Amino acid sequence: MTLIDLANPSKFLALTARVLPWLAGATAILLLVGLYQAAMAPDDYQQGATVKIMFIHVPNAWLSMFVWGVMSIAALGTLVWRHPLADVAAKAAAPIGAAFTFLALVTGSLWGRPMWGTYWEWDARLTSVLILFLMYLSLMALWRAVEDPSRAARAAAVLTLVGAINLPIIKFSVDWWNTLHQPASVMRMGGPSLDKAFLIPLLVMAVGFSLLFMTLHLAAMRNEILRRRVRSLQMMQASQQAA
Amino acid sequence: MTSLGPYASFIVTSYALVAATVLILIGWIALDYRHQKERLRELETSGVTRRSGRQATEI
Repeated sequence: MTLIDLANPSKFLALTARVLPWLAGATAILLLVGLYQAAMAPDDYQQGATVKIMFIHVPNAWLSMFVWGVMSIAALGTLVWRHPLADVAAKAAAPIGAAFTFLALVTGSLWGRPMWGTYWEWDARLTSVLILFLMYLSLMALWRAVEDPSRAARAAAVLTLVGAINLPIIKFSVDWWNTLHQPASVMRMGGPSLDKAFLIPLLVMAVGFSLLFMTLHLAAMRNEILRRRVRSLQMMQASQQAA
Repeated sequence: MTSLGPYASFIVTSYALVAATVLILIGWIALDYRHQKERLRELETSGVTRRSGRQATEI
């Protein structure tokens, strides 16, 4: 099956039915291994056991940006290549991305209270991630507000590409401004500064959460294709009844 | 496994919130799938077929 074949929703649905059980199984195994490694990881010499929050906070924070990146590529697919599944992919990803961003904010806040002495600080990293969360919510509202899917797709694609400007701001906010949030410790020049005892469980959890996203995204895309099929059949039914 | 120390409530709450949110996402997607299949079955019963001539619920 070539990439062009996947432009056909029926072929995409057939592929999804085959792939989803394997993806779900791999996700469950990796997350279980990651959780076990996180539980067994030693305490940090400064943070104590609160370092365990890192194993769920960081993957959610990475995915909050990664999902918007996926949606930005899908937005290009809608506007430039007019790929039939591009808007389906973007619309299905938005609530999942919003959930990951919400979890990054909340777990960060719960980590910040014992370490920084505050749940929230209006610094550049926290504020830019909050803006990302609000953008996810506005995109979801836009898709619901515009009834015609093709009009909604174009408007959402433009908004997604405008919102992509926020991604480098989030990534480099800790370097450009003086923030309470710590600078990057994994994706940085010179390699990760984390000890292997923390880095390995963190990477396992990150891959596990990435597979979770892929599983949920494929399932949500399948639902969106079926929803659009329902809509077109209802329109056919209405026009037959009117004739 | 080491003790979670004086900030155990923050750690446990974080993990519980992540688990609850992921379970809600999975449940919402599974329910949505059932709902869409149900709507397609209803349309199929009422005699509507796709332009290709295939049944509404057929892949």
